[in-house]
Amino acid sequence: MITRIRVHWTILRISIEERLIYRADFALGTLLRFMPIVTTILLWQAIFNGVSPTSDSSKETTIDSYRFSDMVSYYLLVMLGRAFSSMPGLASGIAQDVRDGTIKKYLVQPIDLLGFLFWSRVAHKLIYYLVAAGPFAIMFILCHSFLPGWPDAGTLIGAIVALILGFIIGFLFEATVGLISFWFLEVSSLLFIVMMLNYFLSGHMFPLDLLPGPIRSVILFLPFQYLAYFPAKVLLGQLTPSELFQGLVVQVLWVIGLFFLARFLFSRGVRRYSAFGG
Amino acid sequence: MNFLERSTKRPSYWRVWLTFARNSLVREMSFRANFLITLATRLLWFCSMMIFFKVVFLKTRQINGWGEYEYFAFMATGMIINSLIETFFMANCTNFSEQIRTGNLDFALLKPIDAQFLISLEKIEWSVLSNLLFAGGLLFFSLHKLGIHFGITEMLVYLGFIGVGVSVFYSIMLVLTSASVWMGRNRGLHEFWFYVTVFSRYPRNIYQGSLGLPIYYLLSYCIPILLVVSIPAESLANRKVYDPHLAIVFICTSLACLFISRLIFNYALTSYRSASS
Repeated sequence: MITRIRVHWTILRISIEERLIYRADFALGTLLRFMPIVTTILLWQAIFNGVSPTSDSSKETTIDSYRFSDMVSYYLLVMLGRAFSSMPGLASGIAQDVRDGTIKKYLVQPIDLLGFLFWSRVAHKLIYYLVAAGPFAIMFILCHSFLPGWPDAGTLIGAIVALILGFIIGFLFEATVGLISFWFLEVSSLLFIVMMLNYFLSGHMFPLDLLPGPIRSVILFLPFQYLAYFPAKVLLGQLTPSELFQGLVVQVLWVIGLFFLARFLFSRGVRRYSAFGG
Repeated sequence: MNFLERSTKRPSYWRVWLTFARNSLVREMSFRANFLITLATRLLWFCSMMIFFKVVFLKTRQINGWGEYEYFAFMATGMIINSLIETFFMANCTNFSEQIRTGNLDFALLKPIDAQFLISLEKIEWSVLSNLLFAGGLLFFSLHKLGIHFGITEMLVYLGFIGVGVSVFYSIMLVLTSASVWMGRNRGLHEFWFYVTVFSRYPRNIYQGSLGLPIYYLLSYCIPILLVVSIPAESLANRKVYDPHLAIVFICTSLACLFISRLIFNYALTSYRSASS
């Protein structure tokens, strides 16, 4: 047990050091991540301007119960959710390792691939929050007039749990996609498309409850909503306690399901693996 | 012809490019499953974009002068430009940063051909080109719905503007890739690209107010990202917001972008220190 903790701690430390080597790349990435929010605010401003005002002029224009400020808050909170759940380079890293044969270092050493990647992701995220805390704080202060104010303690705890589970789901999902490269060596375009689909299905593009009924129920059935939409809804205070609890339970179930799927794919993949690159 | 004579002869760029095209096709045909996946998932992405704006246009009739079908024509134009970029340049630029990291760039620089030509055009992702079919379909459907009739001239102008747009995106991508020489690694180029093109994803005239106008001027007159999709789309599908003055700005800045990006690329190559050799 202690040895395992020590192994994980070592992985964490090495990864933090590795992350800091490429800090220019990293800082630029963090900065760029804030650019889309500006265009999104402007787009929704234009959309809200186009909606014909309600007959009662004292009421603010709404789109399906979202006021303009709710919409902006939604996107800001989605950014927070994505800060936990997005895993840039994880799947493509696995695919690269499979293709060029580097992956065999995990097969000959007593280190588990998924465990190693998980702890190095944790390190990655910790450094990320350190770098991103500044930009996030600035963004939230600049936009504080749109935000709904602090949620109560229960909601806050629920939101933190939802974000952490979102991180794990994001990790397991990306790892699963990466492990597909055992079957298809060339997966670069698949990864790009998964990223784009994820953007839509996680609610990053727009709040999923704007969708018409049947499509919405299908999409809310998938695990993607827990990567962005669900935590944002929790923080917006738009969920009842029972909805929040139910959501968290489903998240845990997804974590378990994806965990076994990733393990299964890995053990099957290793059996297929033919060690390219000598 | 002896070896010396042959090696001093200028290479035929066109024939070299055709060889790239053939090699890429052969390569992709050997990963046929990937080819099919690309096709299917592209269609999915296409649908999700359509759903988003279908949803928006259920709630509103127009977005700053863009009605539903004008907007779809805009989207189609964006897709045409992006699929051209992804087909011809994206994979090469991703590969470039990898070549720098591993030191394999040495081999490219040694070849008796223009480095920018070789590095940015070597691989062509033919499967992405299938996107053009969906985009073209959406464009003609929208134009039909709008009742717009167009002749050869309008089409040629439109295609010309698309070419200008592609060259702007190509220049930006080249600069972003060149940056990896200094940054050591640039693994997230796809992701970077996603964030850069986000500005071209919506019509230029949503950039209004104290937040929007500075972006509007910067990204129209300096780096014309906002015009890349807007100008071609307006010229064909939304004449009432089309501005010929901006079209000229667009063409001039795109030439400047091509020139500057080449300078930056060449400068980046001079800072390249071959790794692991």
